[in-house]
Amino acid sequence: MYYLWAVMILSLLISLVADPKRTARAIRIAVKKFIKILPAFGAMLVLVSIVLVLVPDKVILTYLGKKNMAEGVALASFFGSITLMPGFIAYPLCGILLKRGVSYTVLSAFTTTLMMVGFVTFPVEKRYLGTRVAILRNLISLGIALVVAIVTGICFGEILR
Amino acid sequence: MRWMKTHREIPIIFGYAVFLIYSFAMGFDPGKRMGEELLYFTLEMAKILPPAFILIGLFEVWVKKETIEKYLGSGAGLRGHIGAILLAGTTVGGIYIAFPVAHSLYKKGADIGVIFTYIAASAICRVPMTIFEASFLGIKFSLIRLGVSIPLVIFTSIILGRYLSARGYKIEEG
Repeated sequence: MYYLWAVMILSLLISLVADPKRTARAIRIAVKKFIKILPAFGAMLVLVSIVLVLVPDKVILTYLGKKNMAEGVALASFFGSITLMPGFIAYPLCGILLKRGVSYTVLSAFTTTLMMVGFVTFPVEKRYLGTRVAILRNLISLGIALVVAIVTGICFGEILR
Repeated sequence: MRWMKTHREIPIIFGYAVFLIYSFAMGFDPGKRMGEELLYFTLEMAKILPPAFILIGLFEVWVKKETIEKYLGSGAGLRGHIGAILLAGTTVGGIYIAFPVAHSLYKKGADIGVIFTYIAASAICRVPMTIFEASFLGIKFSLIRLGVSIPLVIFTSIILGRYLSARGYKIEEG
């Protein structure tokens, strides 16, 4: 995250030296865009905070731990789709699940939907893509996640043994 | 009250704020936890969004339309999709950062299909995240995930892009 600030400051300095007027225009564009989309990010934060309290990590751990494969994949895709987790929380969680005997197939469905399918990010997504296309993109992503999970299962010898 | 129509989120956020204040005042536990999660994620966003938007602003004033058209436009073909994946590899945060970037790419003449590849890739091909993933789930897991999802992403994005372009689809300003 800090490298993003470093890249930004460096780019801003180079831009400032090259053309102060243009740099001022860039900052105006940035501020305008940011303020315009801020309410949608606010709505996203509201959803994140509600979902994370209703579906805490503990619930995910219990539900993914004990089901059969098909049920596990279905639940994993559901949890992955509705929650938002930074990688530094999600992957250690997956590490624990793996040690508890959860299959790679289920973990693959969970991580891929976690990254690609976004219920809580929907307020932001629909403002840029429009509601219909945003729904379509999420459905396609869910389909991709299921294919990835199945291939992962085959490669790890968990499906079609 | 025109802003209520354009920003329908604002009354919801306001109502939620009232609920959180009430929760803290009355000691309603789930509400208090929601407040804590909200604070945590707001701080995360505060770390990511300002530099991301400044970079988007700089991108808009400095990068020529011809450059984006050449490398990510409809004429670039498969190379455009690969370029979008490389660009997405550097993304920080999550998929939500990809949407404002997608609009800027669109304005600069990137192909719609290429943009959908960019959005998906910024979710699944982020380099720092993949390294982290491999350290917990193994390199084999990460390689299978990337190897299967990237071709599928490119394939579905090309189809979606063609379908939407034919219907005069536009990516909005947010």
